Amino acid sequence: MNRVKSWVTYLQVAPLALVFLLFLIVPIATIVVVSFFDYNTTQIIPAFLLQNYEELLLSPVTWRTYQQTIQFALITWALTLLIGFTVAYFVAFHVRSPTMQTVLFLLCTIPFWTSNVIRMISWIPFLGRHGLANTTLMNLGLIKEPLEFLLYSDFSVVLAYVHLYTLFMVVPIFNSMMRIDRSLLEAARDAGASGWQTLVNVILPLCKPGIAIGSIFVVTIVMGDFVTVRMMSGGLSASVGLMMANAMSLLQYPAAAANAVILLLLVLFIVAAMMRLVDIRKEL
Amino acid sequence: MARKSNGGIGRRRMLKGAAGIAGAAVGSGAITGFPVIWAQNNKNIVLRQCGTGVSAINEIAEKCKADLGITLQMTALDSDAVVQRVVTQPNSFDIGDIEYWMIKKVFPANTLQAMDVKKIKLFDKIVPIFTTGKLKADSVIAQGTAPSTVSFVEGAGSTKFAKGQTQWFTAVPTIYNADTLGIRPDLVGRKIDSWKDILDPKFKGKTSILNIPSIGIMDAAMICEAAGIVKYGDKGNMTKAEIDKTIDFLIKTKKEGQFRAFWKTFDESVNLMTSGEVVIQSMWSPAVSAVRGKGVPCVYQPLKEGYRAWGGGLALAKHLQGAQLDAAYDYINWYLSGWVGAFLNRQGYYSAVLDTAKANMTADEWGFWMEGKPAQGDIKNPQGQIVEKAGAVRDGGSFYDRMGAVACWNAVMDEDRYMVQKWNQFIAA
Repeated sequence: MNRVKSWVTYLQVAPLALVFLLFLIVPIATIVVVSFFDYNTTQIIPAFLLQNYEELLLSPVTWRTYQQTIQFALITWALTLLIGFTVAYFVAFHVRSPTMQTVLFLLCTIPFWTSNVIRMISWIPFLGRHGLANTTLMNLGLIKEPLEFLLYSDFSVVLAYVHLYTLFMVVPIFNSMMRIDRSLLEAARDAGASGWQTLVNVILPLCKPGIAIGSIFVVTIVMGDFVTVRMMSGGLSASVGLMMANAMSLLQYPAAAANAVILLLLVLFIVAAMMRLVDIRKEL
Repeated sequence: MARKSNGGIGRRRMLKGAAGIAGAAVGSGAITGFPVIWAQNNKNIVLRQCGTGVSAINEIAEKCKADLGITLQMTALDSDAVVQRVVTQPNSFDIGDIEYWMIKKVFPANTLQAMDVKKIKLFDKIVPIFTTGKLKADSVIAQGTAPSTVSFVEGAGSTKFAKGQTQWFTAVPTIYNADTLGIRPDLVGRKIDSWKDILDPKFKGKTSILNIPSIGIMDAAMICEAAGIVKYGDKGNMTKAEIDKTIDFLIKTKKEGQFRAFWKTFDESVNLMTSGEVVIQSMWSPAVSAVRGKGVPCVYQPLKEGYRAWGGGLALAKHLQGAQLDAAYDYINWYLSGWVGAFLNRQGYYSAVLDTAKANMTADEWGFWMEGKPAQGDIKNPQGQIVEKAGAVRDGGSFYDRMGAVACWNAVMDEDRYMVQKWNQFIAA
């Protein structure tokens, strides 16, 4: 009886296991294998070399690029968390009618009905030297010379990231907040807690799973991004993704694969650290 | 083995004669521009052409369908994607529209086949840049991957580039041009005549170069050489030391804030210029027209050090055979027969066979685009929009003035791998 049961269980997990094997394990294994290959201008040559990793890890460029990418990820994470938490808090606790909550929540998602790239590019004419932002400020007499740092700078990169990815924070945090039993808040107030104390000691801890999920989304997306950095920095800044794209464009797949493996390890490490801090399963 | 040109011509003339008698394809008529009746047995043939955006033009596919019956499916990719496609997915295309520097890189991968020059009717009319390498008898072959150095292989099926001319041609030229810096004459406020002018402190934060390593490094080299920073043995094939010096200088310039941005696509370069973000930058000829088309003044400034040239050609995929291969040759012969050439010339590019293109253009068009003469009437682009008013003169002058002043061709270097690492360093700096 037992044996049949376990056989059925295996059968039940088989489809998902197969999908993971085909579309997750095999590609990643391929990347790992290729990262040890040799290459020249036109071919990749099967081999087992550590040269790709040596060239990568011994180059100061790599370290600087990783540092820059992590910096982007950190700033973006902090800002999206702040904004995302505030927006979710407002919709979850300040707005009383469920209809209004749904409407406001949908409103947040409207920008996502158009393409990511369009939303990003539309910043360019706005922030440019003769763009809307500079023209307005100059006409108001607030500045004399156009602000050059608005576009093609780290500022514009982070701005685009925050704009693009805040929703990924809002949704899981909002979800967490909606699950909080309202009687807990009343109990806190009855016990004499101020609004701030309730926020810090009751709401924040209960939102941790949502925050963790949002953080994983934002951090992994920013760590792997290359389009936003290229477009918004005007090619002046680099990211790890951009480094890989450059290598691939010259058919240097093994070099790109080695970089991908390192990035994957780093991101896995970050995600593992977050999982240790917060039990995400509570959310699911 | 050098091809005996006398024998070749004789053979080709004979073939032409035979074709004329058969009435299937009156190739010789093309030269004088009379309507040509092309073979119509290609009705069911589909040729998949992948290449860079510049020459993937719908009008050409439509005209090809009307004239030859061949259905051309064009895929426009960026340069890097073309290289990848040709090397890694050789069965996904029939005709590769690839640039000459790419040929040096991809032909040895053995996914393309050289074509028999005897089947190319107007082979002897092709501009000599692509055959002997010399535009005029006394021309010097420019640095970089000059097309003539990768135009021929040693035999059918060979992937080894031949020193001189052979019977086996790697690619039939489609489009080529001489690139230089584009400027906003209303905003630069001084005379621009050298590549080094992009370094003028006056233009701090208002310049740009392109961020495609293999092309960007050449523009950088032109700038460094003009400014006396580096002296190159061959700009198209730098040594590690030369690459180091060039990139170090670029990094220094970048840190000083000289560059506003680096562009990677055509539209980015147009937007940078139209919006006034930059006033002097690397540019491609049609981008200059696009800026002017928006009513913004822009000049494709000739510079005393010369131009950086590029060119592309049609190459046949290895897997082509039988009727499809014949159709591909028909297509190539049609491509050279004039209509396409005129179409491309009207965009400011140059085409492979000048005589046939001339026959398909008005005297005024030819004078403006090719001879550097002032336009008599309004000059229109192939879509019929006016691009230049009467009296305008092309920047840089005539075909021979421009293509005769090429300092360097887009190139792939032996130290490619090292160069890209250094380029990444420059972008990350």
